[in-house]
Amino acid sequence: MMAARFLLRRAVPAMRQARCYADAPGASAQMSFTFASPTEVFFQGASVKQIDVPTLTGAFGILPAHVPTLQVLRPGVVTVFSDDGSSKKFFVSSGSVTVNADSSVQLLAEEACPLDSLDLATAKANLEKAQADMVGASDEASRAEVQISIEANEAIVKALE
Amino acid sequence: MFARSSAAVFLPQCGQVRNMATLKDITIRLKSVKNIQKITKSMKMVAAAKYSRAERSLKPARVYGTGALALYEKADIKAPEDKNKHLIIGVSSDRGLCGAIHSSVAKTIKGEIAKLTGAGKEVMVVNIGDKLRGLLYRTHGKHILINCKEVGRKPPTFADASIIATELLNSGYEFDQGSIIYNRFRSVISYKTDEKPLFSMETVANSENMGIYDDIDADVLRNYQEFALVNVIYFGLKESTTSEQSARMTAMDSASKNASEMIDKLTLTFNRTRQAVITKELIEIISGAAAL
Repeated sequence: MMAARFLLRRAVPAMRQARCYADAPGASAQMSFTFASPTEVFFQGASVKQIDVPTLTGAFGILPAHVPTLQVLRPGVVTVFSDDGSSKKFFVSSGSVTVNADSSVQLLAEEACPLDSLDLATAKANLEKAQADMVGASDEASRAEVQISIEANEAIVKALE
Repeated sequence: MFARSSAAVFLPQCGQVRNMATLKDITIRLKSVKNIQKITKSMKMVAAAKYSRAERSLKPARVYGTGALALYEKADIKAPEDKNKHLIIGVSSDRGLCGAIHSSVAKTIKGEIAKLTGAGKEVMVVNIGDKLRGLLYRTHGKHILINCKEVGRKPPTFADASIIATELLNSGYEFDQGSIIYNRFRSVISYKTDEKPLFSMETVANSENMGIYDDIDADVLRNYQEFALVNVIYFGLKESTTSEQSARMTAMDSASKNASEMIDKLTLTFNRTRQAVITKELIEIISGAAAL
């Protein structure tokens, strides 16, 4: 009796395996999107429709089967449009984006956070402080640091408005 | 003569014929082993807490690191064989008592140096962690480029990795290719010494598959490479710290177990010695009384 039940249980998974899922339509038309910062993973191997990224050479959008490229990010907003039409915005400070030949995209940001966790007033205050520091900055290195801070804060303010 | 008379004076205080431990010696030893067991137990707890924190932060770091290395795998970038300048980054830490963590990395580095110098290439090593420096500087001192200290005290951050990368790029050593040797974390009880490749800008730019990547100029590529270098170092640091904490946990656990065994054995010896001393005193009293 027990043996029969055992055999029956073993038979059922075999039947389930005979019914497979259909293959994902045209795997190369899907984009495997990985978006991570050193401390947090936002997307891993996700399938999304489009991604808008701000790079040093300008902002561009990545769709599946985009031509392979490497780019470096500038402070700005990354918008991810998922398959169901909704979009998510993130603010990234810097980093790199890689589009490979098999349509996989790796977006690695040094620091990234969802846009709604940023506060406009604090960003404006930081921007003013950075612009004030620019006047006082004397040598190359500190001038470059203040310049970076100004760029980042400007981008935050622009994104939130 | 002098020796015999001093032996005659000291004999009653030794309790046994052989120069075995007295009750006092055993008590001292027992107390010290008990203290050591307390210390190793607490070290194990501390390592367990640090390990769970490190493992939690390893998950996103792993995704990040594999993302950073994905380009090299997918574009199948290989350095040409005739390039001469190599770089090895060894990731370890400052603190010991963690099993074979430091020695396994050092062994791999020594093997690599031997292989590369045998093939006539120039090798330089970046040591992350003081222990690695101690293991390498005596025999391979002239290959050491940079030493990093104060590693392992606090969990590694992206900023640490970028400091190391900046130092490396500022050192002026133009390497053609290299590898980072670190301990990859497999599970709480196991880790494996692993190697991931590093490439220089020229190697990547001249690689045949890079042609399919569109619209890349030298500036962008250099920024990309520098960022990738920091990412790989960060990945190695995170994996290494997790492996190190888990290895320290295991090592301290077995040390505590060994200490418990020693305590058991010493306690038995102590009881046996105590009973022997009592028996001897009884015999002396009885034979003394019988002599009267």
